[in-house]
Amino acid sequence: MTRFFDLTLNGVTNGMIYALVALGLVLIWRATRVINFAQGAMAMFTTYLSVSLLDRSVGYWWAFAFALFAGLVFGAVVERVLVRPVENKPPINAVIVTLGLLILLEALAGAIWGGQDRAFPAAFSQAGLKVGRTQLAFSRFDVFIVVIVFAMMLALLALFQGSDLGLRMRASAFAPEVSRLLGVRVGRMLTLGWALASLAGSLAGVLVAPLVLLFPNNMDTVLIFSFTAAIIGGLESPIGALIGGIVVGLSLSYVGGYLGSSLETLGALAILLVVLMLRPEGIFSRAAPRRV
Amino acid sequence: MGRPVDLDRRTTSAAMATGGSTTGQAPGRWLRTARLPRQPFLRHGLITLVAGVALFLLTDSLGPFNDFQMAQIAIYAVAVAGLGLLTGWNGQISLGHGALMAVGAFATAELNIHTNVALALQILAGVAAAAVAGVIVGMIAARLRGPYLAGATLALALALPEIAVKYSTVLGGEEGLTLNPLTSPRSVNLDRWMAWISLLCALLVTMLLANLATSRFGRAFRAVRDDEIAASLAGINVARTQVLAFVVSSACAGLAGSLLGLAVGNVGPQSFEVALSISLLAAMVIGGTGGMLGAWIGGFFLVYVPQWSSSVSHSLHLSTAVESNLSLAFYGVVLMVVIIVAPSGIQGGIEAAARLAGRLAFGRPPLLAPAESDLVSPSPATDTPRPIRNPKEDT
Repeated sequence: MTRFFDLTLNGVTNGMIYALVALGLVLIWRATRVINFAQGAMAMFTTYLSVSLLDRSVGYWWAFAFALFAGLVFGAVVERVLVRPVENKPPINAVIVTLGLLILLEALAGAIWGGQDRAFPAAFSQAGLKVGRTQLAFSRFDVFIVVIVFAMMLALLALFQGSDLGLRMRASAFAPEVSRLLGVRVGRMLTLGWALASLAGSLAGVLVAPLVLLFPNNMDTVLIFSFTAAIIGGLESPIGALIGGIVVGLSLSYVGGYLGSSLETLGALAILLVVLMLRPEGIFSRAAPRRV
Repeated sequence: MGRPVDLDRRTTSAAMATGGSTTGQAPGRWLRTARLPRQPFLRHGLITLVAGVALFLLTDSLGPFNDFQMAQIAIYAVAVAGLGLLTGWNGQISLGHGALMAVGAFATAELNIHTNVALALQILAGVAAAAVAGVIVGMIAARLRGPYLAGATLALALALPEIAVKYSTVLGGEEGLTLNPLTSPRSVNLDRWMAWISLLCALLVTMLLANLATSRFGRAFRAVRDDEIAASLAGINVARTQVLAFVVSSACAGLAGSLLGLAVGNVGPQSFEVALSISLLAAMVIGGTGGMLGAWIGGFFLVYVPQWSSSVSHSLHLSTAVESNLSLAFYGVVLMVVIIVAPSGIQGGIEAAARLAGRLAFGRPPLLAPAESDLVSPSPATDTPRPIRNPKEDT
């Protein structure tokens, strides 16, 4: 029973990270109808940037902030330089461009920082908290992960639902032509959407690195898990991404815990296929039927 | 519009309805005798024969190191040709072809180690296993589009190697399975024998695929790619066509994987990682998906880019970290740049030049009627269902 409890806690923590990357995928999908397969690689790269700051004995929180800032800039640059030219082409072109970015970034990281695993410090202690005499598989760092992911999501929610800028961003995502006619700078809104998505991604990168170590393709599986989460959530809904992330995190934690950790990716594939076959529009989507 | 390239695209549905062949009014009739046969099967057979003889002579004049590379080029050409069929002609993307290659490779390896059936049967078993996998994946893929399909096949590429690690007693785990060495006829050395086998397979496959492309099925593939609704109105079973394309493509991947395993002598999960799948995609994009020449160009790049990058790294005294990542970085750049700047790849460029030259010289479309690719021209976004067009508007 304690094992089940531990696996559940572990699943929630991982799920929050998947939810964060999934949120990035959802933001980008809503804005530009592109699945950013480089989302994970971009996060990996900004995490490496911050680790090289740490190597130069910059403080942890400065490096943390720098990773987020780098993510913001990176997302904007990628949208402007790479995605804009393929925006109105067949969707397969955008897929290939983001895949190209994925392996370019992984190769660059390997070339600059080497392919070996690197430790990445956690913001808080990773020792399990104690309740009474039992030690939980839930550390201060896990608490931090849950809190900061929720904070990030609330901030984005406030931005999208409560601010003028958010309204313009939503408008340009849903009806670009009309928004343009009404004077919204649609292009800038799309760039901003990518920047925010990439920001969420780099936060996830910094959070996941202490758990799985840092190496050039450490985000590959995270990306697939998050993609699954986003699909469960219907690719359109940020709340769906959060719930999907937790669902994926929990399921994979149980799969890994009871069946063997080498089957996690297979488990994600199974979940992904079941959802795509049975309910391709996602479980939490109220959107009209659309071609998958 | 206005480019001759679009002729094929526009006429696919019409050609399907009539079942006729597409291009070619021939004003320069006096030159007909100097041309390749217009009957596609004959033409492809002839090109294959000539290429085969040329390659045979080439292997005869090259050293043993080059034999191994020839084998590799041929093997990758098979895989790239299969991927080109799927992505270029049928519009389905697969990031899981590395995994499908692994299926073929492991099937061949199991037979090779545990039985002593003939080599041809070992290879055929690899093809068959991958084809069966292709049926399953294809049936799933037929329900998915664009980015969804890419994500699902990427998950496949990541997940499948894990099976080999999980069931390590049967599948060899991380180190993989070591195959029994080939036996070659006495007068031929082993690498050359492997090169001949691979080249023969690759030539056969590219010929068969070229035939398939010009057949009823090939037109159906392209019609489905261009407009699923129009294709189904024309009587094509869209899902079945997509599954068929996936099975053929997957069988090619299986053949490539099987040959690769035999050539290298070892089959393990590390040879079939996601990077392989994306490299295949890069090779396809470099070569262009218009025809079979592109697949060979792609195979050539997959073999020589790593070599060039290591020799560049050596001459510039770069570190091994850079050296081992340079070719992947190159593929990444190529994928982005080619798609953004020149979506038709090298073969597209060659064909455009040939077309231009042909038009200047003879006023006639080119020798190798290209199978037009959706990576080529900025066609309207496919997610807006196009209304049924009035044929008059087309002209």
